[in-house]
Amino acid sequence: MKPAPLDHAAPTTVGEAVALLNDPEREAVALAGGQSLMPMLNLRLARPDLLVDLTRIEGLDHIRESGGWIEMGAMATKRAVERSSLVRERQPMWHEATLQIGHPQIRNRGTVGGSMAQADPAAEYPAAAVALGGEVKAVGPSGERTIPATEFFLGYLTTALAPGEILTEVRVPVLPPGRGWAFREVCRRHGDFAMAGTAVTVDLDASGRCTATRIALFGVGPVPSRAVEAEKIVDGEAPGEEVFERAGRAAAGAIDEPLADVHASADYRRNLAAVLTGRALAQAVTRAARPEGS
Amino acid sequence: MIGERRIRVSVNGTVYEVGVEPRTTLVDFIRGDLGLTGTHVGCEHGVCGACTVLVDGLAVRSCLMLAVQADGSEITTVEGLEGPEGELHPIQEAFREEHGLQCGFCTPGFLMATYEMLTDDPKPDEDEIMEVLGGQLCRCTGYQGIRRAVDSAIDKLGGTPPADVFGAGDPGEPDDPDADAVGAAPTGEGSHG
Repeated sequence: MKPAPLDHAAPTTVGEAVALLNDPEREAVALAGGQSLMPMLNLRLARPDLLVDLTRIEGLDHIRESGGWIEMGAMATKRAVERSSLVRERQPMWHEATLQIGHPQIRNRGTVGGSMAQADPAAEYPAAAVALGGEVKAVGPSGERTIPATEFFLGYLTTALAPGEILTEVRVPVLPPGRGWAFREVCRRHGDFAMAGTAVTVDLDASGRCTATRIALFGVGPVPSRAVEAEKIVDGEAPGEEVFERAGRAAAGAIDEPLADVHASADYRRNLAAVLTGRALAQAVTRAARPEGS
Repeated sequence: MIGERRIRVSVNGTVYEVGVEPRTTLVDFIRGDLGLTGTHVGCEHGVCGACTVLVDGLAVRSCLMLAVQADGSEITTVEGLEGPEGELHPIQEAFREEHGLQCGFCTPGFLMATYEMLTDDPKPDEDEIMEVLGGQLCRCTGYQGIRRAVDSAIDKLGGTPPADVFGAGDPGEPDDPDADAVGAAPTGEGSHG
C-alpha cells in the first residue's frame, strides 16, 4: 500500500511554497510533519497531485518569546516544544498539552502548525490555543494575516485558511502571574486522541473570587469551543466544589451535538466533559494566586 | 506516472544515490529498494510503530515519511545495530534474554525506539520508559518481557551511548559520506529520468 501517484516539491521559502500551492493546474496540499496527512495518503483518503513539503523552508521552526507571546514557527516539532524550557516555564499549559499528543516517535516529526491546520476536533493544540487566546499567522498570495484561534476553526478538519494559504506561526500569550490553568483529557490509551478534554484558565481577584475564567472543550464537537455559560457561572464566585460541578454540567449541557463514534457515545462524551471541566477548574484554582499585595 | 527523483541517503553507514518515485514511503524504499527487510511494515498509518527507524538520530515512523523527504539524511535501521562480527547489540541481547519478543514482528520498532531513548538518556525513569514503549504495539508477547528487556539493556550499556558499543561512531554516521561506500540499490536504479 502506498499513496496514489503524486508529485513532491520541497521549496525553501514561504513565497515559493505559496506559489506552488496556488498552481491552478494541480491540486496541491501542504505537507508539514506528515503525521496526519501521510496516513490519509497511505489510505488514499487524500489524492492530491502535488505535495508542497514545508520541511525544507528555513526559519519556520523558531520557539521564542516576544512581546508577551510565545511564538512558535509552524514547523517547530512537538518534540522541540516538549523540550523547550521557555515553553515549560512561560506557558505551562502548552507544554502539558504537548505531552498529551501521541508518543515521542510521533512528536519527533509532528509540528505545531500541522496540528492547527489539520484541525482534528479531538486534537490538543487547537483547544489550548482557543483557551489561551492564541493566534495563528498565515501567508497567502495577498500577504500575511493574523487570525485569532477562536475564529480559526470553522468545522470538522476545516479552518479559516484560504486555499493556497500557509500557516506560518502559532502564538499564545505568556501565562500571566497568578493565573491558574489545567489541561485534562480522557482517552482509552495514553497518546490517543481524546474522547473528551478541557483546557481551563482562571484568575483570582483580591478577595479570592474567580475571574476571567476561560474554558475550552475538545473532542466533543466539530471544533474546540469556549463554554461561555460555564465561564459566567464561575466568574465572581469563591472556588468550591459545588460551583465547579455546576459549571461542568453547564459546559456539557451547552454542547449542541456531542460526537458519537466507536470510541464513545454522545452521552458518555457529554458526561466526560462535565466531570473533566469540574476537575480542571478545581485543579486550575490550586495553581492560581491572588494578586500580590492583596 | 511521475518521474523518479534522485536522492542521496546514508543507511547504516552506506551511502545510496538512487532514484525513487515521489509517492514511495521511506519504509517501502528501505525494504523494497534497498532490500533491508529487518524494518517491518505493519499498519502503514503510524499507529503500530513496527517501521520505526532513526532518521538523523530521531526515532520516526518510516511509513509516515516519503523516501524523497529523506534526501540528505542519515538513517539507521535494525540492521545497523549489529557489531562488526555480526554480534548482537546489547539492546538486542537484552530483548532475547528477557523474552522481549515472541513472533518478532514488532521487535525492530521496539529496538529502534529503545535505542533512541537510551541515546537521549542512559538512565530513563519509569515515566520516560512507559512513554516511549507506549508508542510501539506488540500483539503477542505482552509488554512485561519488553519492559524487563529495557531495564536489562540499561544495565548492559552501563551508561555507554548505544552508538558507541562497538567502538566510536554511530552506525548511521559514516566517517565521510563522500567516501567510497556508495551502494547501488538492487532495484529502482536509473530506470527513469
